[in-house]
Amino acid sequence: MIWSWEFVAEITPDLLKGLVVTVKITLISSVAALSIGLFFAIAKMSSVDLVRRSAVLVTETIRRTPLLVQLYFLFYVLPDIGIVLSPMIAGTIGLGLHYGTYVSEVYRAGIINVPAGQWEAARACNLTTRQTWTEIVLPQAIPPMIPPLGNYVIAMFKETPILSAITVLDLMGEALAKANFSYRYLEPITLVAVGFLFVSLCSAALIRLLENYLKRQAA
Amino acid sequence: MGLHVASRAPDCQPIIEFRNVEKSYGSLKVLEQLSFSVKAGEHLALIGPSGSGKTTILRILMTLESVTAGDVIVNGVCLNHEQRGGKQVPSSEAHLRRMRGAFGMVFQHFNLFPHKTALQNVALAPVLTGSLSKAAAKERALQMLENVGLADKAHEYPSRLSGGQKQRVAIARALALQPKILLLDEITSALDPELVEEVLNVITNLRNETDMTMLLVTHEMGFAKDFSDRVLFFERGKIVEEGPPSEIFLSPHHERTKSFLRKIIAAGHRL
Repeated sequence: MIWSWEFVAEITPDLLKGLVVTVKITLISSVAALSIGLFFAIAKMSSVDLVRRSAVLVTETIRRTPLLVQLYFLFYVLPDIGIVLSPMIAGTIGLGLHYGTYVSEVYRAGIINVPAGQWEAARACNLTTRQTWTEIVLPQAIPPMIPPLGNYVIAMFKETPILSAITVLDLMGEALAKANFSYRYLEPITLVAVGFLFVSLCSAALIRLLENYLKRQAA
Repeated sequence: MGLHVASRAPDCQPIIEFRNVEKSYGSLKVLEQLSFSVKAGEHLALIGPSGSGKTTILRILMTLESVTAGDVIVNGVCLNHEQRGGKQVPSSEAHLRRMRGAFGMVFQHFNLFPHKTALQNVALAPVLTGSLSKAAAKERALQMLENVGLADKAHEYPSRLSGGQKQRVAIARALALQPKILLLDEITSALDPELVEEVLNVITNLRNETDMTMLLVTHEMGFAKDFSDRVLFFERGKIVEEGPPSEIFLSPHHERTKSFLRKIIAAGHRL
């Protein structure tokens, strides 16, 4: 099989459209994962036993089953009980929920790593609970969370091709459509790899910059 | 003309009173049927072996711990209960915040806020509790830092201060809300020996120049002797012996006090 630049030129516009969809899904799923993760983290640290236990049960179940199975569930099983989701919505919920469980651990670790003495000093300064969180705990807990959260966003980005299994036309979905139509896999799949590599490298560099900035702030 | 009317509470009125206080963690009893009181303006030293409950007393007063049974009365008001609808109920957070205003606390490990400068550490509480405007809080914080000899370090972050300097900032922070009662929890235990004196000098000045009530938990027996009006010797959550420092340190009655002091002196501490 010989590389055809002609074919590359023909499919690139649609693949770029797919790349835009991929990035969009990653961004929306990231916001979903960061919010869902926060919800799980708070639940896992709740003083109410029942809330804490159910949160652990739910997050462990999600974490210990494959994302692909969860996506099939959301897209192909839920319609049986009357819940029909578009591929995009099902994909975003799936990614957000799956990664939200990982993200919740990052939050939890970040908060737990703030020493007890900081909470006590805040109380001795007679701060309110809200002020303790906003002025003392979160400013110390958030900077160390940034690198692992960034890595999860990149991991999520690399995981989006799996959404083609529920007919999302992301970069992978577009490439597969072209390949199946023309029986040429070399160019579309190579372009998919290049696209992912390019965006991954850019975001990794961005996170490295942010990390260095935070380190300089802390020093 | 009312000039002869005493403006301060009579000396018989205690500022702090522990009534049959118990504290336990599970099956571990830390304080047992503990009763004692502190007069306004008194300088009290709490000594005794590790785990005897001294620190727990300070932590209960700062509302970092709750009591298992008994009552703690501060300025005539119960700390661990409040009256609501004619009933006694456990203290709400609002009640605890009102009560906390009477106290300042200095911790063994300083517990400065690492993401704030020395000045911000000191000015934080007055601004956030709304007791001072930003400008006034900054002015007072600078004054406080000057009092502890650290005016030139106002804009440094804690990571760039020595242990002794950190602890002096922490003292300034504890004083920023102008507490009536200052709680000092082993404030020199985490310091290198050569840094202890600078911190103790600050406390001595506070002792001599203010009328604050001060509770000191310490293993520095020499300092406890010079600092205190009264010493309480604790063991296993109970007061074994109490009295003026001259008596406790020079002619203790109780065998346990004697053996504790012997051990402390053998460990190289001066009296």
